[in-house]
Amino acid sequence: MIRKFKNELFKFLCLASTAIGLGILVLILFTLFQKGFAGMNWALFTQVTPGPGGEGGLLNAIIGSVIMTGIGILVATPIGVLAGTWLAEYGQNSKTADTIRFLNGMLMSAPSILIGLFVYEIVVVTSGHFSGWAGSIALAIIALPVIISTTEEMLKLVPTQLREAGAGLGTPKWRVTLQLSYRAVGTGIVTGILLSIARISGETAPLLFTALNSSFMSVNPNEPMANLPVTIYQYAMSPYESWNQLAWSGALLITMAILFLNVLSRALPQLKKRRS
Amino acid sequence: MRAISIVDFPWQGDNLFRRACFVSAGLISVLMFCIMLSLIFGAWPAMEKFGLSFFTSTEWNPVTEEFGALNALYGTVVSSVIAVMLALPIGLGVAIFLSELCPAAISKPLFIAIELLAAVPSIIYGMWGLFVFAPWFADGFQIWASDNLSEIPVIGTLFSGPPMGVGLLTSGIILAFMILPILTSLIKEALSTVPKVLREATYGIGATQFEVIVKVLLPAIKGPIFGALILALGRALGETMAITFVIGGAQSIDTSLFMPATSISASIANQFNEATGDMHISALIGLGLVLFMITFMVMGTARVLLRRKAK
Repeated sequence: MIRKFKNELFKFLCLASTAIGLGILVLILFTLFQKGFAGMNWALFTQVTPGPGGEGGLLNAIIGSVIMTGIGILVATPIGVLAGTWLAEYGQNSKTADTIRFLNGMLMSAPSILIGLFVYEIVVVTSGHFSGWAGSIALAIIALPVIISTTEEMLKLVPTQLREAGAGLGTPKWRVTLQLSYRAVGTGIVTGILLSIARISGETAPLLFTALNSSFMSVNPNEPMANLPVTIYQYAMSPYESWNQLAWSGALLITMAILFLNVLSRALPQLKKRRS
Repeated sequence: MRAISIVDFPWQGDNLFRRACFVSAGLISVLMFCIMLSLIFGAWPAMEKFGLSFFTSTEWNPVTEEFGALNALYGTVVSSVIAVMLALPIGLGVAIFLSELCPAAISKPLFIAIELLAAVPSIIYGMWGLFVFAPWFADGFQIWASDNLSEIPVIGTLFSGPPMGVGLLTSGIILAFMILPILTSLIKEALSTVPKVLREATYGIGATQFEVIVKVLLPAIKGPIFGALILALGRALGETMAITFVIGGAQSIDTSLFMPATSISASIANQFNEATGDMHISALIGLGLVLFMITFMVMGTARVLLRRKAK
């Protein structure tokens, strides 16, 4: 009897833990919709951020975020894919590769605020001003290790026979990698890139002292650049109701975009499988 | 003159490609080295002025330019430890439920939902924590606790103080939600490495699910669970935006977990742009250096532990 009771209690506790975990996700999403949906209107996407207490939208912040995330990913992708390729194809189990793998893991888990401090010192201090470039570089450094490790993991999945078949036709190794291996696991690599876009587009801390923020419309990365996360941070902490509303709408917007990217990256491999 | 391309010299393509790959991979080591160097360099003026007392002093006064890291260090460590202590039992429960107890068909979507918790940006946790969780926590738990728990010796002091909602305990709880997904997925992965035969054999002698899981499966994955715990701790230590919203931002050390405090990352995020002088900036970068060293050690340990078990 006691054993049976213990078993049932245990199962209930495990179920309850799961309910807590899912409950938090539901609660957060519910709050975002409840508070953010009211501000979801045309002005949000067509007007720039207002002055204290005024009415406006998030246009400049959205565009700034897209630009910085875009530059960040464009910088990180080629470097990350090549580095991952070196680890999987050339370095393999050598000491150098192990060291780089270890450092890459460390970079992946380094607090993002430290990346911000680093970029502040090497870009902002030397150039003398905050800029969209500095923000993009910080985001690129955060995306880089994620792209490296997914590329390596994916390339390891390429069957040796495929490489041998390519080599057997007299194809040099670089062409085998480019034209056979990348093609074979391309979806996996793209998934990694999508996940790193999702990750960096919500980053706030490293942008605080690199891109800073701006209440003007600017597409010039040489100037401080408006962006969604820092705008959300500043507006959420402000005493003005209209700013708070914009912060919640921005939060809803960014979370939906990130969750969409996550779900898309999960669905992508399945879609590809079904088509072929 | 014709441009020389690698198509004309196909045998050189290999060399070029390998070099490009190697340079990219090597960039990681350069980057890590530069990050460390820039933190040391930036923190140097503060280190030179305060020496070892930087790590032991609780003084944080931008006006007199006296800076010590102990307040922030205390808040960082205590909030992270609370987070890990709360997230471990829940993470174990979720991982066990998803991999052992519930039908495979619903396990997958539920697991994806749990993993989506990790995708929610830190700043969203911060906003939710400050505007939704903290008021609820103050009314629902803190008032009750200060009425009923604060009289108990020793434990009582932890739960005394005004019910403000924000503070160390709130930060720990919000952090626990944030590290739950990583903990769950690592424990779930470890559970999946335990051979099926072991389960079948124990069920065969009439054990209940509780006995199989607690007496056989969990002891078998002790090592990976510990590694996962340390990895989660490392995550919690460096978390910034969520903490900045809910910790309260007070440069002080208090025995009560209800009191506002500060953490390394919250101090940097709050003060960096309003820093009053070079020494203030340097002291904040010094805090960053301390955070870097702690996370490096913690994450290094976790990696070694997880890798040893994986082999």
